[in-house]
Amino acid sequence: MTTAVSFQNVSRHFGPVRAVDRVDLAIAEGEFFAMLGPSGSGKTTCLRLIAGFEQPTAGHIEIFGETAEGVPPYRRNVNTVFQDYALFPHLNVIDNVGYGLMVRGVGKAERHRIAAEALELVQLPGYGERRPGQLSGGQRQRVALARALVNKPRVLLLDEPLGALDLKLREQMQEELRALQKRLGITFVFVTHDQGEALSMADRIAVFNDGRIMQLGTPEDVYRRPASRFVADFVGSSNVLPPDFVERHAGTARWASLRPEAVRVEPGAAGAVTGTVAARNFLGASTRIAIVVEGLRLHAVLPAGRVASGEGEAVSLAWDAADLHLMEDEG
Amino acid sequence: MSAAAHAVLPGRGGVFGALADLLWRRPGVLLFVMLLPPVLWLGVIYLGSLFALLAQSFFSIDEFSGLIRHELTLKTYGELFRPSNLDIILRSVIMAAVVTLAAAVVAFPIAYYAARYARGKWRVLFYLGAMLPLWSSYLVKVYAWKLILAKEGILNWAFAQLHLTWLLDLVLAIPVIGGNSLSVSYIGTFLVFLYVWLPFMILPTQAALERVPVSLIEASSDLGAAPRQTFRTVLLPLALPGMVAGSIFTFSLTLGDYIIPQIVGSSRLFIGQAVYAQQGTAGNIPLAAAFTVVPIVIMGFYLWGARRMGAFDAL
Amino acid sequence: MRSDRGSRAPLGLKIAAAAGLLFLHVPILLIFAYAFTTEERSYQWPPPGFTLQWFAATWNRPDVWQALGLSLRVATISTAIALVLGSLCAAAVSGSRFFGRETISLLIILPIALPGIITGIALRSAFNIADIPFSFWTIVLGHATFCVVVVYNNAIARFRRTSGSLIEASMDLGADGFQTLRHVILPNIGTALVAGGMLAFALSFDEVIVTTFTAGQQQTLPIWMLEELVRPRQRPVTNVVAMVVVLVTLLPIVAAYYLTRDGAEIAGQGK
Repeated sequence: MTTAVSFQNVSRHFGPVRAVDRVDLAIAEGEFFAMLGPSGSGKTTCLRLIAGFEQPTAGHIEIFGETAEGVPPYRRNVNTVFQDYALFPHLNVIDNVGYGLMVRGVGKAERHRIAAEALELVQLPGYGERRPGQLSGGQRQRVALARALVNKPRVLLLDEPLGALDLKLREQMQEELRALQKRLGITFVFVTHDQGEALSMADRIAVFNDGRIMQLGTPEDVYRRPASRFVADFVGSSNVLPPDFVERHAGTARWASLRPEAVRVEPGAAGAVTGTVAARNFLGASTRIAIVVEGLRLHAVLPAGRVASGEGEAVSLAWDAADLHLMEDEG
Repeated sequence: MSAAAHAVLPGRGGVFGALADLLWRRPGVLLFVMLLPPVLWLGVIYLGSLFALLAQSFFSIDEFSGLIRHELTLKTYGELFRPSNLDIILRSVIMAAVVTLAAAVVAFPIAYYAARYARGKWRVLFYLGAMLPLWSSYLVKVYAWKLILAKEGILNWAFAQLHLTWLLDLVLAIPVIGGNSLSVSYIGTFLVFLYVWLPFMILPTQAALERVPVSLIEASSDLGAAPRQTFRTVLLPLALPGMVAGSIFTFSLTLGDYIIPQIVGSSRLFIGQAVYAQQGTAGNIPLAAAFTVVPIVIMGFYLWGARRMGAFDAL
Repeated sequence: MRSDRGSRAPLGLKIAAAAGLLFLHVPILLIFAYAFTTEERSYQWPPPGFTLQWFAATWNRPDVWQALGLSLRVATISTAIALVLGSLCAAAVSGSRFFGRETISLLIILPIALPGIITGIALRSAFNIADIPFSFWTIVLGHATFCVVVVYNNAIARFRRTSGSLIEASMDLGADGFQTLRHVILPNIGTALVAGGMLAFALSFDEVIVTTFTAGQQQTLPIWMLEELVRPRQRPVTNVVAMVVVLVTLLPIVAAYYLTRDGAEIAGQGK
């Protein structure tokens, strides 16, 4: 398998700030790769390093085996879908989409033909004459996508592309993006702070914090087997258990994570682990309850229909040993 | 998607391609190239001239030969403190302050109406209504007032038509600010100053008022404030930075003007006229230079104060 | 601040606003009336009669034409210089953060923040020190200096509204710096530059304070008018010239307003 993008010990400092700190990374060709992290975690800087808007302070970047340092963005066969879409306000849709072809000297007729095809690909046929200002947010997003795809890039970078859309449109676009990526076979690198988006779309996820990759793995890995407290906390809302608690109930003094949906709750104080219900939130398909156990506040998610105990009642908790995931470090 | 496509594309070639690559690699070079002409022009020609002028204020003029003595001295600055020169400075500062206050009072209703109530076509009209006088010819505006204030002009005519000539005479009889006619009195000078610099007050005030959310005013009246209280406790404090920003212009422009008091007003000098006279007929460049330092220093303090009031954000 | 409801302005406010606007505009309108008066020796109001003869008289005055020609030439060249310097500076200041950035903004604004007489006398004494004879070019030098700020202000406002990612998007799609300049930057700031240029032209065309210090024997139109103001000799001709000056400056200002207003809408669309 060919490596599309590789980072070798890459750092990017802005003055004293280490936006990206000694990152190693290999993204495979044809992969849908997500960079997930809170704002300021370095994920967007990584994207900009691939696009060529930033240069690494140290380290080495390769794109399809070719050295990327010192290569300006306009000479990289890599295109970006910007967070604010960055559509050219003075050009209509067809000229926006055909921009990349125009600067490469493709004739007008040919340019319009290819751009029209790209617009069909993103399901906006016949929108060529409109101005960006006349489009809805979702339509602008599609135009930005078509514009980035028209150059047939080897890597497509997407910077929080769905952030500005409302929930329903976002879910629809997630599916479409995924389908488009499979169809075109282009490597997608996707930056987001929304863990749900990363989990549902990506083949692999890199979780960023403080300029470093905290964990790199499949969505399954990252969700079920978080490497650290940060990942457990950021990806989903795991119960993070301190070493003394784990030692009492699993025999090892290490930090561990426990998914809320893996916790079984029975009424009454008969079990090995008991606690008191502190709050109950009805979520539609499920009910989420907070339970105070040995001074710790744990969460459990119960499927709808299960009778959940009321606030203040005593409950006992249980879980399968396999669901209690011991973490590597304490970071 | 052809597998043969490279991830790094060749440059577009040619002189421009190579130059573009160079400028991309060295953004500092690009910045330097962009900044060099304006910085050379303003930094060398303009600032150079200013400093040369300031330097001359430390020279003095030989009273016998009338030639400039190129020795550093504070003697010329000492001359500023002669009673006649102090009078000029005081007169200019008072006039600038009065004009500024009057401009704020006259400008506020216009700015407030434009910001709060004018809509659509009226809004454009109000905006242009302040813009056009701002940009239209300074001299033509002064000339218009020469026509208005002339003895045979429209103002005297209007007073006569209304049988109010006695009122005008009464006003002109007031010592100091009055005079033989409006066109040779401080009142006349004041009116022209006010007229010419008023738009500079309207626009920033209007801009500041436009940034006040209407919900704030509603909140104030919701909490039981009478319109007058709302005006004093909410609107005025929020509009103040804009008005201070406008006052920078009205104050500075009045302080340095030498044409208006020369055309409309008594023969008593203002700073601008003193500078003009000293450098021209008197040939006393050092004293002229020292005089120019006065508005610079006053404006320095003024800007410092304005900055503390947040007026720079309203500019 | 805008009320969505049909709230009505208090009567007092209406009257004060209307009076203020009248105060601003009646004097200029008066100029128009005087251009047609039959009275030649005084500023008599109301005019005893109306005539068009002064337009013909003005038309045949070579000194007016010369002054007008000089003013137009000075304004054109000063505007061109100001366009180059102002847009370069705006691009540099908005495009990157560098040491001394604030100083540059201050430097640009200084020529209009300080009273014109200071700029004028400083340049005059510098010309004297450097032994530069007064000429067409000394006038241009002074005008360009204070016109830069107008272009700069217009350009930088547009740069700020134009999303920075547009330039990145252009480069991302394969355009190098020059192509981005031509296809993205210029089309986006073009109207702001035209507007700034028009205002600079109006400013230069009208300027008198600095000009009195930087001109030798030459008369720009404002200098010609100033002479007439101080020592009135041909009142009717002056009236006509004043009216023409109002009309000439009016057009670029209205045009500049509409250019920047539409520009604001276009630039806002990217968001």
